[in-house]
Amino acid sequence: MSDLPRRAAAILWKDILSETRTRQGFTAMLSFAALVLFMFSFAIGVDNDLLGRLAGGLLWVAIVFTGTLSLGRTFQNEELAGGTRLLRLYPGDVRAIYLGKLAGNLVVLAALEVVLFPAAAILYQVDFTAQAGPLLLVAVLGTFGFSVIGTFFSALTVHLRARELLLPLLLFPALVPVVLGSVGATEAFLAGDPLGRAGGWLRLLASYDVILFVVCLWVFPVVLEE
Amino acid sequence: MNKLTMLGWVSIALIALGSVLGLAVLPADALQGEVQRLLYVHVPVAWVMMLAFFVVFLMSILYLVQRELKWDLLAVSAAELGVLAAVLTLILGTLWGRPTWGIWWAWDPRVTTTALLVPIYTGYLVVRSMTEDPDRRARWAAVIGLIAFVQVPIVYLSVFWWRSLHQPPSSPQSMWSAYGLVMLLGFAAYTLAFAYLWLRRYRLAATELELELSGPEEG
Repeated sequence: MSDLPRRAAAILWKDILSETRTRQGFTAMLSFAALVLFMFSFAIGVDNDLLGRLAGGLLWVAIVFTGTLSLGRTFQNEELAGGTRLLRLYPGDVRAIYLGKLAGNLVVLAALEVVLFPAAAILYQVDFTAQAGPLLLVAVLGTFGFSVIGTFFSALTVHLRARELLLPLLLFPALVPVVLGSVGATEAFLAGDPLGRAGGWLRLLASYDVILFVVCLWVFPVVLEE
Repeated sequence: MNKLTMLGWVSIALIALGSVLGLAVLPADALQGEVQRLLYVHVPVAWVMMLAFFVVFLMSILYLVQRELKWDLLAVSAAELGVLAAVLTLILGTLWGRPTWGIWWAWDPRVTTTALLVPIYTGYLVVRSMTEDPDRRARWAAVIGLIAFVQVPIVYLSVFWWRSLHQPPSSPQSMWSAYGLVMLLGFAAYTLAFAYLWLRRYRLAATELELELSGPEEG
């Protein structure tokens, strides 16, 4: 059991290495995220007040769309090279694969958000700095929930023919509490939380994160069986 | 006549009886008027939907524990009926909502969650249909059937916090007794219809699997 973090870290390191050596995926993802933010402005119009009020929702939709594209790649390298079977053959608990891949997705999404939050602040003219601490907590909980479910479903769909279509089909309904919680808390904090509703959304996010994490971790070995 | 066919006829007879009582014998509701009669179908069908998805969950657990393909076939048979019942519930609900609430779609928590159940279990069915190997297919489907059942109550709760308009669930206690009795009859009739269709679908699925496992036939 004490080997679990070490094995997970090894998988994370492998993925970081292969990503930094090619670097194609991440650049494309950032450009895509920027385009999504632009699309919202084109669709809604140059109404700064309106964009500012919608900023929380728009930002999280951009994260979900871009994140879904990135999730699809979680197991793709292994799948293309037949590496999933090799990973399974290594001794030890296969849950380490889930934890390593989950950590990888968290790193990618964190890197994305580091760019996306300032970009949204500039494009939609909102001030994230006044409530930086609480918003960071929202981002952490929302991103964790997204990655927990996303990593699980990407393992489940990677073998399927229409995986680009099926991943969002399974993922989006499961993300409803994450999106509602993250957007609710982000908008509440941006408005200075006048009604004190942010706390409820944070508790919802945290509980959903914990429940889904436990269930996904518990069931994951079944997904990877041959 | 075998027992299953008998079950089918009994459920058809009960649905017919309920329809006659609900449409012709009982007076229309004083406040809601004629549209209220939709409730005799809407509420039992919504119940069948919940029952069906609960059966998917139970059968998924049984498959994961025992690894026998029959549990998977029972699960998928219930999932198909669940999606059908969910779509029917939504259609009947919007037909009732337009004259009663004044709008077709109100973003009410139960309506929204029911609408989300359709893509969730469609995903279940599509993943299943795209996987060739019967054991893999059963395993992945069971995992989705399990996760879906964990996520749905929290989806409901989160949408509930987000928005609330739907009236409290209709139960026999909230209605005049004759309405309640017809509603109870509806519950019994549609539950039996579910049982009949579920077992029929299971038999068909079992035959299909047998054919699949026996390999390609000549002709």
